[in-house]
Amino acid sequence: MIEVSGLTVKFGGVTSLDNMSVTFEAGTCGLIGPNGAGKTTFFNVLSGFVRPSAGSVRAFGDDLLSIVHFRRARWGVRRTFQTEQAIEELSVYDNVALVHEHAGQPRASRRTDVLDAISFVGLDVDPAGLVGTLGAGQRRLVEVARAVVGRPRLVLLDEPAAGLPDAETESLAEVIRQIPARTGALTILVDHDMSLVSGCCETTAVLDFGELIASGPTAQVLRDERVVRAYLGTAEVA
Amino acid sequence: MLDVTDSPDSPAGTASALRSPLLRRPAQPTLIRAVVIVVLLVFVLFGLPQLLSLYYVDAMTQVAVYAMVALGLGVLVGRVGLMSLGQVAVLAVGAWSAARLLFGTGQPYPLVLLEAGLVTMILGTVLLLPALRLRGLYLALITLMLAGAVTVVLATLNFPNGGGGFSGYDGNQTHIPPIRRPSIATSDPAYFRYSVLVAVVMFALVAIHIRTRPGRAWAAIRQSEPSALAAGINTTAYKLWAVALASFVTGVAGGTYAGAVHYLYPYDFPAYTSITILAVVLMGGAYNLWGAVVAGLLMQLLPALLQNWGVSNDWLTILFGIGVVQVLTTAPRGLADQFPKDMAKLGHLLMGLVRRPVPAAVPETTGGETP
Repeated sequence: MIEVSGLTVKFGGVTSLDNMSVTFEAGTCGLIGPNGAGKTTFFNVLSGFVRPSAGSVRAFGDDLLSIVHFRRARWGVRRTFQTEQAIEELSVYDNVALVHEHAGQPRASRRTDVLDAISFVGLDVDPAGLVGTLGAGQRRLVEVARAVVGRPRLVLLDEPAAGLPDAETESLAEVIRQIPARTGALTILVDHDMSLVSGCCETTAVLDFGELIASGPTAQVLRDERVVRAYLGTAEVA
Repeated sequence: MLDVTDSPDSPAGTASALRSPLLRRPAQPTLIRAVVIVVLLVFVLFGLPQLLSLYYVDAMTQVAVYAMVALGLGVLVGRVGLMSLGQVAVLAVGAWSAARLLFGTGQPYPLVLLEAGLVTMILGTVLLLPALRLRGLYLALITLMLAGAVTVVLATLNFPNGGGGFSGYDGNQTHIPPIRRPSIATSDPAYFRYSVLVAVVMFALVAIHIRTRPGRAWAAIRQSEPSALAAGINTTAYKLWAVALASFVTGVAGGTYAGAVHYLYPYDFPAYTSITILAVVLMGGAYNLWGAVVAGLLMQLLPALLQNWGVSNDWLTILFGIGVVQVLTTAPRGLADQFPKDMAKLGHLLMGLVRRPVPAAVPETTGGETP
């Protein structure tokens, strides 16, 4: 369980997150909102790249903000980025293994864990092949494999389906749905694809101009009048 | 690239099934590569000194030294993305420390090289510690300034010449003893072989780093620092590690240089040489270990050739200038990466010509039929 209370982030005169208080219970939770609403800023706070000016984040009882950024992977925070960040010059195996080894996972289980993660995301390639030879969809899967390898406790997916064709989004959704059951991690999914969000997330929170405007069961949130007005535009919802 | 050490103790059932795709990795190219390296090394160690005059043997010793310098800079530029223009100062520190130890103690040469490397590693790391917050042009500028500062310090301190005290310099000395070489390698050809072996050890050291944990961490840092942090990599520590390794290798190169030339002077290490070093590293290829060898050849063999042919060394500056622009536009990963590709292309072209002598006739006839 992630309890966010009074989280405020300011960049100069711009308030990116304004007194955000929300609780992510368990399973896969959606986080949606228009561009610039503060979704990625929220992820950056959880990753430790951005220091909030006020507020606190308690994750499974720990004060997450007190952990130094590079130690958070060891604690169990994993994430993907909007622009895919798989390392071209390393093999698929090494890409995943480097998260495993730097997140303090035991050496003895590295090979099985890494190959497990690669097959879990449905990546059907030679693990020894270089990531530079893969297509965009497969690189996304490498990133997801990096996020689930070892023992993640909090998986942050930042627009994982951006730029993917429908068929690949469909299989990615299948993988995302299985993350909580498989790893026991709480997953927070940010995406603009409403069918992906409603297909994967039991609960969803909505940000608009740094303010939390709704949170609760996904279906209910997507019908919320304020959400429709601020983000979805029309009442047409997948 | 793979972590093979942790396989034996993984659970038997699933592990063997999972491991199989990795074992299918082609072992042939690695074997061929190893054989090529060994043959090349044997030729360089035993063939070259026989074939070359002493003039070129000396030049090749310098190639070995500068290949190590390029190797160190390659770690910084190619692996971590840190531009340093201070490598010549690091080389000078290594040479100074080795010379001081060689005059002051009777330690065996390999030990002196190791100590010179360690001293340089500590100094290089401490000097660059505050600069690590910078990147790109700013880091390059700071390191160039540091190189300039070291040159000034060396000009006052002087290189050890057998005197006493900390500096080991005695300005009133009438007979200046040469810096000694290892007893097994006093002649020029023998010292050339010695330098090559030292370089091989350094290349192996760097190769091991690149293929294991630090290498993966560096690759992640070069890709993107936030992504590396999110993967749990202590980016500051690994950048320092790269700086320490590069300084160590360059320090050992300095120690090798000291024995090669016998006498050291501050004007052997002008700050602008660092720029030439960066240029040849970019030309040779910073992402490739062979690139360091190419860089060494460009840096030391080319001037020796030009001098022997009676061509002014000023042409070299122009040549390197054109070379860097040319390489960065057409082969950004350097000559060591581009050359095999070009050779392969040429090979395919020639094979194609041999196998199908009349391909040109086919499109002509079909072209005639279609309208």
